[in-house]
Order: sequence, then structure tokens, then C-alpha cells
Amino acid sequence: MKYAIELVGITKRFARTVANDNVTLSVSAGSIHALVGENGAGKTTLMETLYGIYQPDSGKIRIHDTEVAIKSPQDSIRQGIGMVHQHFMLVPTLSVLENIILGAEDTRNAFLDLAKTSERITALADKFSLSVPLNEKVQDLGVGIQQRVEILKALYRKADILILDEPTAVLTPQESTRLFGILSELKQQGKTIVLITHKLNEVMEISDRVSVMRKGKIVGEMDTPTTSPQEIAELMVGRPVLLRVEKSKANTGKPVLSISNLSYVDRRGVEILKNVNFSVASGEILGIAGVEGNGQTQLVECITGLVKPTSGTISLNGVNLVGFPVKRVFDSGLAHVPEDRLKRGLVVDFTVKENLILGLHTRQEFNSRLSMRRSAIEQNARMLIKKYDVRPDDPDAIARGLSGGNQQKVIIARELSRNAQLIVASQPTRGVDIGGTEFIHRSIISERDKGKAVLLISADLTEVLSLSDRIAVIYDGMIVKIFPDNKVEESELGLFMTGTKGNGREASLA
Amino acid sequence: MISQILSLAFLAQTIRITVPYALASIGGVYSERGGVTNIALEGIILTGAFCTVVGTYYTGSPLVGILCGVSGGLLTALIHAVVSINIKADQIISGIAINLFAVGITKFVLEILFHSSSNSSRIVGLPHIPMGFIEHQPDVAHLLGNPMVLATIAIIIASQFIIFRTRFGLRLRAVGENPEAADTVGIKVNLYRYYGVMISGVLAGLSGAWLAFDQHSFTDGMSAGRGYIALAAMIVGKWNPLGAAAACLLFGFAESLQIQLQGGGLPTQFIQMIPYIATIIVLAGFIGKAVAPAADGVPYEKEK
Repeated sequence: MKYAIELVGITKRFARTVANDNVTLSVSAGSIHALVGENGAGKTTLMETLYGIYQPDSGKIRIHDTEVAIKSPQDSIRQGIGMVHQHFMLVPTLSVLENIILGAEDTRNAFLDLAKTSERITALADKFSLSVPLNEKVQDLGVGIQQRVEILKALYRKADILILDEPTAVLTPQESTRLFGILSELKQQGKTIVLITHKLNEVMEISDRVSVMRKGKIVGEMDTPTTSPQEIAELMVGRPVLLRVEKSKANTGKPVLSISNLSYVDRRGVEILKNVNFSVASGEILGIAGVEGNGQTQLVECITGLVKPTSGTISLNGVNLVGFPVKRVFDSGLAHVPEDRLKRGLVVDFTVKENLILGLHTRQEFNSRLSMRRSAIEQNARMLIKKYDVRPDDPDAIARGLSGGNQQKVIIARELSRNAQLIVASQPTRGVDIGGTEFIHRSIISERDKGKAVLLISADLTEVLSLSDRIAVIYDGMIVKIFPDNKVEESELGLFMTGTKGNGREASLA
Repeated sequence: MISQILSLAFLAQTIRITVPYALASIGGVYSERGGVTNIALEGIILTGAFCTVVGTYYTGSPLVGILCGVSGGLLTALIHAVVSINIKADQIISGIAINLFAVGITKFVLEILFHSSSNSSRIVGLPHIPMGFIEHQPDVAHLLGNPMVLATIAIIIASQFIIFRTRFGLRLRAVGENPEAADTVGIKVNLYRYYGVMISGVLAGLSGAWLAFDQHSFTDGMSAGRGYIALAAMIVGKWNPLGAAAACLLFGFAESLQIQLQGGGLPTQFIQMIPYIATIIVLAGFIGKAVAPAADGVPYEKEK
């Protein structure tokens, strides 16, 4: 077997933690190799070391049987390695063409030779079916196209080894399918691909071989056809896990949240939400599926009183919340898990115990008017940390230092401790690993079973499908479809999410 | 009055005022396109003017004077570069510090070299290229034949091409918009930022040299806020060389108009406000649409 990449005994330490601990990994030439693991397992660090962003503390790298020293991305580009980062490394204000050639420009008489370059790129794009609009600015393009730009950027630099870090995290199911088509095509033409992911269905679907990392080490490596999602998940987490969310049938009561004719026009005059109508009853989870940027953020901001809708009503237990100050909205019986936990969920430089009373700090149990009740705050923290298994179990830990999953648990703990009738949860498990996700899902379902109404907004279709009792699809600021249960195919949801179906278009397609 | 405004003398006046603005403003474009906010332009102009006067005075050669002015500007800019790029300090504070420092140091050395705290001895002016067709208007001929005027026009046009059509410009823009992306394709982010700040030092130094020759001497604090006006023009011009130059021309026109209107019956205080009111109106009218380079003013940290 010929190897394209051999990493031998790679160790990389950051200040206190060992990100990669004596990792040895071999990737066969012309194969698709999946690298899986929980957040913080060291997958990205390992690949960024191969790409020259980090220098390993020890270990060797061989590319096509030759030992190489990779000190910078330039070195690795020279070795034929290309990387598509999770957060795209594109310059939004530059054109697609400029982004592709950046750092590897052809010039003629001191000027950029754009004519010759665009010919070359067009030829390359045709060869791998990667169509992109060369002269448009990257900021005007969707993420699916931006990703193709990234792939082209690597191919333009003559990469024959391509590393993709969580490439489907931001894609719709249709875009993911298309990406996998492209990857297969690349493999056909002899390229070697390393796919970093934690989505097990992707591993099974496209990879030839899979390596599992946990806590900086490779804990398992097998040929994909010989393994199962269950086995991979257990290796990743280090204990048996439930991949399916278990829940009983919803015991639905009367509507808690009713939204009618809600519209929102933003400051620039763009109509973001268009006549939105839906309701959430007690004891049910309504999931809102949609590609990000279709109005979900603003919908949540309207409900939580952060922005004022242009028209329409939002009633919670029969009281119209529109125009209420935020505090009064929350006091009316609302809990909110915000989509951006670092910006809106936490004060990251505060301690865990302080974060656990944010927004509850005016309550008498924590506040004696003159000063905060320190022992009550401490007790509250100890209780919630235990109940929600926050690690480290230290009320005085600074929130910034917690892992993403534990930060999220702090927010969930605080919001659920409000004991509100309505829970609005945006992207509750974004960036949270399998173990944490499992826990958060169980917490949400147990609130539902207590008779709470839950509005779930998530870009993760698996999450929407497995948690929701009913599913609404949002597209271009409109609710284009409400499914009465969660028995719907991902691909079907995808068609509504991309506007292919819905709003009368359904009939013409059928 | 209209005939006064449309006269060649008025045009010459406008150009005379615009040149130092334009040079500094284009300098600002290079610095900020690369991601370094440069309010130190003010101090760089002042240092440039001072070094030009000293160089010209002691050698009698305007060319040496210009070289001194450019070097003085470059050195001052390098201080800003080190503080902003390597030490990663706040760039506004660095700029203010440099501006205050420039006022002090020029005054201090002025005292030592020329034994005066307000102005230097007189220096020779720039030689001009003969412009036969308007020699009957010596002021105008001198100005249009001034090599620095021609150089400024060349710099404006060349900069537009350099920023948008060359490899250097592409990389500079990338570094100012998304340094991480530039880094991952092997571009040395800090090196390009240095280039940007250094070019701004050279151009703002030239701007100072212009002031020195225009006045034939150095006077205390002679940059008189031109660095800030240049920055405003850069923003109004949306960080494009041509746009910045056009904005400078507008400000030059307003200032020239102010000079022309003096003694016309209106209170001088009102007339003197014209250029600043024009600045505020233009800023208020355009700033909403002007978007700065995304990483402007943000030091680049390699390993987060």
C-alpha cells in the first residue's frame, strides 16, 4: 500500500494541554480518510500541524514516502497539500478570482495577469465540476459556493492531498450531497482526501477508512465497511452512547406561544420576516428548520424583545409581548438559550456562579437590594453544576476557560432554572460534542415532559428531526411548511429549506 | 467673484492646498488597506517638513532636503509600525503619542539648530520645469511646473493601479481584510503591513516636504491638522487612491474659496469655517457607505 501522508509520533502541546499525544496516522494515496473525534480531541490541531500552521513539538511527517519539514503553510502547499478550513479562509471583499490566486499570483509586466489566470481556473473548475462565478465578490456568495472556491483555491495550487475540516457543518443536505459528489470525483482523479468530521453518517457514506481520536490520541482505526456508527461513537466518547434520542409521545396541552402575522423590516429596509404564523403548545417541541440567515435570528430576537417587530403579535399565555422591555418579556415566562453563546449567553470573563444568575440577579433570593447574597449564589451554582454535570465543578471557574459544551451547559442550566413556561432554544448543541449533546437533548425533553413549550431553532437537521414533535420550515423569512410530526425525510426538508418546494411551488413540482 | 473663482490663480491656489492633503491621504490608504490605522500622519507630516528644512538649509539642495523629509517621515512611520504591528499596542494611542512627540521634538531641535522656538531660517524653494505657455502668469507657471505637483499626480494614478491591479496591492488588501486567510496561503502578514505603513511614511513625509518648500521655512506646528483632514479624505474616498485624491481636491477647493472670500463683507470667522463645514457635511453624507478594511486597526495574532 502506498501512503500519501504518514504522520509519525506527532506531539503538540499548548500552554497546559497536550493537543496531540504521540499520534501516528497513515493515509493511503487516492483514498478518502475520515478523521473523527469529539470537540477538542485534537483533529484540527493535527491537520493544521500537517498544513504548517503549527509546529509539532516532536514527530515526523512523510509525504509520498519522503520525509519533509513543514514550517509554514507555504511549505505544505509546495508539498501538494491543500486545506479547506472550517471557517473559510477567504477575503470577503475580494472577488472569487482574486481569492483563488492570492499568494500564488501570475503577473505580466508587474500587473496581475487575470486573463490567463481565469482561463486556467475555468479549465480546472470544468475538470472537477466546480462551477463558481469568478468575478463576483465572495461576500455576495452562499456558503456552498464559498466552499467550492476554497477547494478550487487548493487545486489551483496543484494540491493532490486535500484536507477538509468539518466541511458540511454549514451546508444544506443538497449542498452536502453535491460536495460529496465533488469529493468522489476528486478521488477518481487520484487525489487523496482527509475529512475531519464528527458526523457519523458522513463517515459511513463517503470514507474508505476512519481514524478515531480522543483526548489527543488515536484510539481506533478501521476500514469503514467493517465498522458501524455505534462502534465509532463509543470510541469517540469512550463509553457507550445513545445515538437516538429516546422520547415518549408528546402530551400536548393548550398553546403557550402564539405568533400571528409577524413581520419585521430591518434598518436597511429589508423585509426579514414575512407574515409569520405559528404556535407552540405546552408539552411539545416545535422545531424550526432552515438554512441559516433566513430570518431565524430575527424571529428569536422578536420573541425575546431584543428587536421590535414591524407588525404582528407575539402572545405568551394570551399576553401580547410586543413592545415589552426585555426584562418584562422574560418575567412573563420565557427562557432563552441564545444562538451565540459567547456574545449573548455568557459574560465570558465572569465566573460560572455569576453567569448562572445572569438575568436572575434582581430576584430576592440572590439580591437583598443593598448587596448580592453571596451564599445563595454559591449554593445555586453548586446545585446547578451538579444537576447539569458542568465541568470543572468549580463555581469560581471563569466561563471563558470552559469547553464549548460546558459553557453551553451553564447557559442551559441557568435558563431552565428560570422555570419558564416557554423555552426558546437556538442552536442548543452547536459545537457541542456527542456526550454533551446527548445530555442537553435529554434536559430539553425532560422540560417538555414537565409540560413546558419548547421552540427549537437549529441548523442541524438531525437535531431538529430527533427532538421535534412538529417541524416548521423557514425560508426567506416565511414559514413555508409545518409538518404535523417529525416523520419526514431530510431530503424532503432540504427541498423546503432551499425554497425549491413550498409557497405554491409544491404543486408545480409534484 | 465668479471670475475670481474661475481664474488660473484660484486653480493654482487650490492645487497648492490639495497636494499635501493628497500625498498624506494616499499614504493613509496604503497603511489602512494593509490593516494599520494611521492617525500618526499628522506627526509624520510635521517631522517630514522639519527634516526637509534642515536638509535643505545645511546642504542648499532641495533634493537632499526632500530625501531628508522622506527619511524623517519613514522613520516616524516605522515607530508607529513597531508599536502597532510588533508590540500590538492600540494604534490610536500610538498615533496620538507620535503626533504629540513630533510637536515636541521638532520644537526642541528647532531651538538647538535655529535658536528660535517658532520658526527656522529661510530655505530655497524647489526649481520648476519651464511651462512656456503660461509664463506670463509666473505664480501659475511655477506651480504647474513644480516637479512635486507632477509627482503627486503620478503617485495618485500609480497608486490606483498598484492597489487594485498588482500582486502587491492584492496581498496588501488581503492582509487588511482577513490576515488569517492571507497567512494560510503563505503571505507574510506583518511584512505587508510594514510595507503599508512605510509607504504612508514616505508619502506623508513628502507631504511635509511640500509644506516646507511652500513656506520656505519651518514653523512650529505647521502641519496644522492636515494629517487629520487627509484621513477624513481617505475615508470619504472609501480607501481608494482616486477617491481620496478627489476628496482632497474638494477640501482644497473649499479652503481656497475661504481664502478668496476673505474681505468680502462676511465675518472672517464664518468664512474660515467653510473647509471644516464642508468636511463635516461630506463625512456625514458619505461615511454611512464607506466601509473600512475589516481588519483595520486590529493587530494580527498568529496562534490564538
